[in-house]
Amino acid sequence: MRFDNVFRLGIKELRGLVRDPMLLVLIVYSFTLAVYAGAKALPETLNRAAIAVVDEDHSPISTRIEMAFTPPYFSEPRLISQYEMDRRMDAGLDTFALDIPPDFQRDLLARKSPTIQLNVDATRISQAFNGGGYIEQIVSAEVAEFLAHTRNAQAVPIELALRARFNPELKKSWFGAIDHVITSITMLSIILTGAALIREREHGTIEHLLVMPVTPLEIMVSKVWSMGAVVLVASALSIAFVVKGWLQVTIDGSLALFLVGAALMLFATTSMGIFLATVAGSMPQFGLLLIMILLPLQTLSGSMTPRESMPQFVQDIMLAAPNTHFVMLAQAILFRGAGLEAVWPQLVALALIGGVFFVIALRRFRAFLA
Amino acid sequence: MSTTAAAEAPAADGSVVHLEGVGLSYGKARALESITLDLPAGCMVGLIGPDGVGKSSLLSLIAGARAIQDGRIHVLGGDMASSRHRRNVCPDIAYMPQGLGKNLYPTLSVFENIDFFGRLFGHDKLERDRRIAGLLRDTGLTPFADRPAAKLSGGMKQKVGLCCALIHDPELLILDEPTTGVDPLSRRQFWELIASIRASRPGMSVIVSTAYMEEAAQFDVLIAMNAGRVLATGTPAELRRQTGADTLDEAFIRLLPEADRGNHADVVIPPRSEDHEEIAIEADHLTRRFSGFVAVDDVSFRIRKGEIFGFLGSNGCGKTTTMKMLTGLLPVSEGTARLFGNTIDAGDMSVRRRIGYMSQGFSLYSELTVAQNLDLHARLFELPAETIGPRISEMVARFDLADVVDSLPDALPLGLRQRLSLAVAMIHAPDILILDEPTSGVDPVARDQFWQILAELSRKDNVTIFVSTHFMNEAERCDRVSLMHAGKVLTSDTPAAIVAARGTATLEQAFIACLEEAIAGTADAAIQPAPAPAVPTETASPPRKRGMRFNLTRMLAYSRREALELRRDPIRATLAILGSVLLLFVLGYGISMDVENLTFAVLDRDDSAISRDYSLQIAGSRYFTQKSPIIDYADLDRRMRAGEIGLAIELPPGFGRDVSRGRHVEIGAWVDGANPTRAETLRSYAQAIHATWLAQKGRELYGEAAIAGSYQLQLRYRYNPDVISVVAMAPGIIPLLLVMIPAVLAALAVVREKELGSIVNFYVTPVTRLEFLLGTQLPYVVLAFGNFLLLVGFALVVFRVPFTGSFPTYALAALLYVTATTGMGLVISAFMNSQIAALFGTVLVTLIPAIQYSGLIDPVSSLQGAGALIGRLYPTTYFVTISRGTFSKGLAFDTLHNDLLALAIMVPILVIAGAMLLKKQAR
Repeated sequence: MRFDNVFRLGIKELRGLVRDPMLLVLIVYSFTLAVYAGAKALPETLNRAAIAVVDEDHSPISTRIEMAFTPPYFSEPRLISQYEMDRRMDAGLDTFALDIPPDFQRDLLARKSPTIQLNVDATRISQAFNGGGYIEQIVSAEVAEFLAHTRNAQAVPIELALRARFNPELKKSWFGAIDHVITSITMLSIILTGAALIREREHGTIEHLLVMPVTPLEIMVSKVWSMGAVVLVASALSIAFVVKGWLQVTIDGSLALFLVGAALMLFATTSMGIFLATVAGSMPQFGLLLIMILLPLQTLSGSMTPRESMPQFVQDIMLAAPNTHFVMLAQAILFRGAGLEAVWPQLVALALIGGVFFVIALRRFRAFLA
Repeated sequence: MSTTAAAEAPAADGSVVHLEGVGLSYGKARALESITLDLPAGCMVGLIGPDGVGKSSLLSLIAGARAIQDGRIHVLGGDMASSRHRRNVCPDIAYMPQGLGKNLYPTLSVFENIDFFGRLFGHDKLERDRRIAGLLRDTGLTPFADRPAAKLSGGMKQKVGLCCALIHDPELLILDEPTTGVDPLSRRQFWELIASIRASRPGMSVIVSTAYMEEAAQFDVLIAMNAGRVLATGTPAELRRQTGADTLDEAFIRLLPEADRGNHADVVIPPRSEDHEEIAIEADHLTRRFSGFVAVDDVSFRIRKGEIFGFLGSNGCGKTTTMKMLTGLLPVSEGTARLFGNTIDAGDMSVRRRIGYMSQGFSLYSELTVAQNLDLHARLFELPAETIGPRISEMVARFDLADVVDSLPDALPLGLRQRLSLAVAMIHAPDILILDEPTSGVDPVARDQFWQILAELSRKDNVTIFVSTHFMNEAERCDRVSLMHAGKVLTSDTPAAIVAARGTATLEQAFIACLEEAIAGTADAAIQPAPAPAVPTETASPPRKRGMRFNLTRMLAYSRREALELRRDPIRATLAILGSVLLLFVLGYGISMDVENLTFAVLDRDDSAISRDYSLQIAGSRYFTQKSPIIDYADLDRRMRAGEIGLAIELPPGFGRDVSRGRHVEIGAWVDGANPTRAETLRSYAQAIHATWLAQKGRELYGEAAIAGSYQLQLRYRYNPDVISVVAMAPGIIPLLLVMIPAVLAALAVVREKELGSIVNFYVTPVTRLEFLLGTQLPYVVLAFGNFLLLVGFALVVFRVPFTGSFPTYALAALLYVTATTGMGLVISAFMNSQIAALFGTVLVTLIPAIQYSGLIDPVSSLQGAGALIGRLYPTTYFVTISRGTFSKGLAFDTLHNDLLALAIMVPILVIAGAMLLKKQAR
């Protein structure tokens, strides 16, 4: 392999990229607006959750509870009759329906331990879980305060002082922003290298390269380094200016270490791009393949939902994907400020996966050229 | 032939086409400028001129495939600007666009292709079979009826194209460069076929464009074009007489304006001096097999140093494969290839330095300027750095590129780009040049200039030149030529010797004789046309139903074709069938909100019975998995940073003692906030467990007094009592998958036709927009519905999601829904011109509203503003309600009829919008 050739061919790839406005727009968009939108668009779990109250008591305490549900977490509670409740839930109009029984206040004061019923539409999984917890807290707080006016209850004075580390206010935008940078890195590295190869083949220039004293290895390495470098620089800029600057996300860890991980990740994904481009006959086929590959990579890598809630076999399979390790590494470094001593296993895994992908892609690329 | 007479009554004097002041622009580029012509009926009219002068644009305007911009066009007695006239007249016009098999469907067989056109013109099965049998017999294609169009040779593709064009007995046949890239024999057969058809249908008019002047010499009337204008019209003899030229080639060059002619001089190649007897290229029994067929079969030849060696033959006869073997691009299957006595090894770099290669589709980097192209090639060939500058200047001077060094190749005319390609191939001063059809599509003047350079290279620099071409006048300039056919070399000698040996007048005739001899000896004999073609369509042509608004046969013709094509495209078919199931699997597990197996560890500074009881309380929960105890703060910090533990609990010293005495105690707890959703869940679980533990302790410590004033909150998780994510997610994901994939496939189906060019069949046949769209949509609706059944089955069997409601209601809704979503794909396709844009555009347009605004994550009732509006208008919203209702809530038609109605209304709206946006002509 001659490094001079690899360098020149890589420069040629970069020049080609500069002359493709569509791809440039895609790169800029993915690392700026998409990251911003990704940070802002993530719905807070509870946003104007639709709640209805069946108030059969009409007492001061039931009114008090009704008044406690306010935007932005909940929509203004709608007062409905018990008859309406089932119909409205069936139609999907309400996520929660709180049924306060008759004589609730009287029974409460008489220590009869009355029961409030909370109906949750469990098909709305995102609101059902946390919303139920919130409602429970709100109701018990209101009841406690109401009772505080009447008399004191004995309680155990043990407090659970819960604090969230790394993201004290649990801002979803922090998570969304980083998640989108990771997504953009995967997507763009595959698209750019794949498109570079397909473009070359569609223009008939790949054949031309092969009559020159250039080896397939040199051609492939030139595409891997040039497109990898573009994505690496773009992601570094994106973290520095969009994530830190624009979105004001606190980043604890070392950006340099993250970029080392990203470089290894790019080694694997650019190889994947080459591989896919040799499998696909044309740009449209490449695009279809991309959908089938990219979505599983992203959804199952642990960037959207935690890995531990997936079935064991899915977790095992996904260990072969570079994204899984990269997501672990990125979250550890960027959120938790982890250092090399914590993330070295991921770096090793990425290097190994990258190496295997590269060799497979190179074989496939050679066969494809012959 | 007059260009001025009868402008008012175009059809009266026997003219078939009347053009008046026709102009056309593509963006800023002017393709045609005030063309005024009358084309006589019953004649063979030829349009001549090089590539890019507007011939194809003019023909597509006449055929009605392209919308008229300026001027008036009358064809067959009516105005082509009127859509009513176009609809009436299109069964009488047949149009074969440029490009080998451009309007054919490559994966369909010969029979299926012709059959498709028969269906479009409303022939019944008997009629189609009769006509197709006749056409196949006449064109000699009968033995190939089942072969996919993509696997035919160029000549055969064109014959199939002709069959498709002739199936409906047109009165006007428009052929755009039908013989470019076709071997001489097929070309002759093609014209014989046209002649016999014309003989049997004397009234038929034919308009042909061609780049071969030899062919044009046979036509009745010629129109010479250049730069969007007509240079001259007349019979071939008249044109020659006007210009005083012997051949039409010369006549054309003389017709060109002075500026375009440049410093044109006839190519003179001095005879070769015979002192070079060194063999430069030697092919010895060269054979190349690809899976299933032999591309090059036992080919042998020797080329001497400094010789110009020509290679002739049709597209796909093995010329390019042979050349690639000689350059080392392809390994040989058998035999040997030698350059200067050394066997070629595909991996040997030193061989590559001796060869300059110009492949068929120019190998220039369009993203680099002329100078950058030259520089890159010089460096890749490792020219010493100090010689690169001078060498580039030398090439620029020699190939006359000084004016364009900083331009991008795409901005240059074809002829100049070819010179640049040659300069690039010559940059490292190779001994051998291998040029694969370097002059295809180049105008005669530029071709001559190109050959002048080749002559110099050969005679002055002693460069060996191995060149393939379709042009006979170029073949005549070679020192020796070889004719290839079906992988074999038929003959190889000097042009003069070949002509003499065959006893024919021209080289072309000699080659045709060779080809006929070769074909007679093989099973391919059937390729020859039957001696007296019985034209299949002279009898009993059924009365045409004209101007019909909607015809089911035509619609189904498109459905059938689309279904066949889909079946034969593995990647699309896989996505269509398996893609959705794969994605259901992925999303079903991936978007799972069940948070389980959360890791926690305890820093127990007390280590009393009570503190251990507290840890056990958490460990006993099904949501938590306990990790080894935390030793100190440093350990806590390290393990949280590494992501090993999600929740850390610190129990202070004296915890047990303080609890027992009822003193105030604070337990420290840290949650990993990296993933906020998970952190929230962690937090609420931790609080709930803490509260339960407190209540327990309270009862132990204070007895019943602790319960005072308490109440119960009874949580009822409805529809999904166990709160399993996948039970909730699957009914939501199914609508998502049934919008994205069907819309993508439907959009691609239309845009593919636009990109590959077969959309022209829609422009020039009687198919209406609605027939085209519904026909294309139908297979995808069927497919998407099948997909729906597959997804439901997968959800029931693999994810074990219980189904509680009315399945017929669900299925009906699904049918309406996929009709709407494929309709959305068709609407989107109106705005897209490339498949890749259609693909990503459709994904964006469908995915975001479906995920964000359709109640999948947040109920539509919690949305605000634009999101809420989109949510109410988007079909997914209604189908999500129906899907969840029937799956989980046990609902049926009576509760869901409003949502069904909403879907039912969207279907016709989308289909009509798609039809309105679709253009029946190119613009």
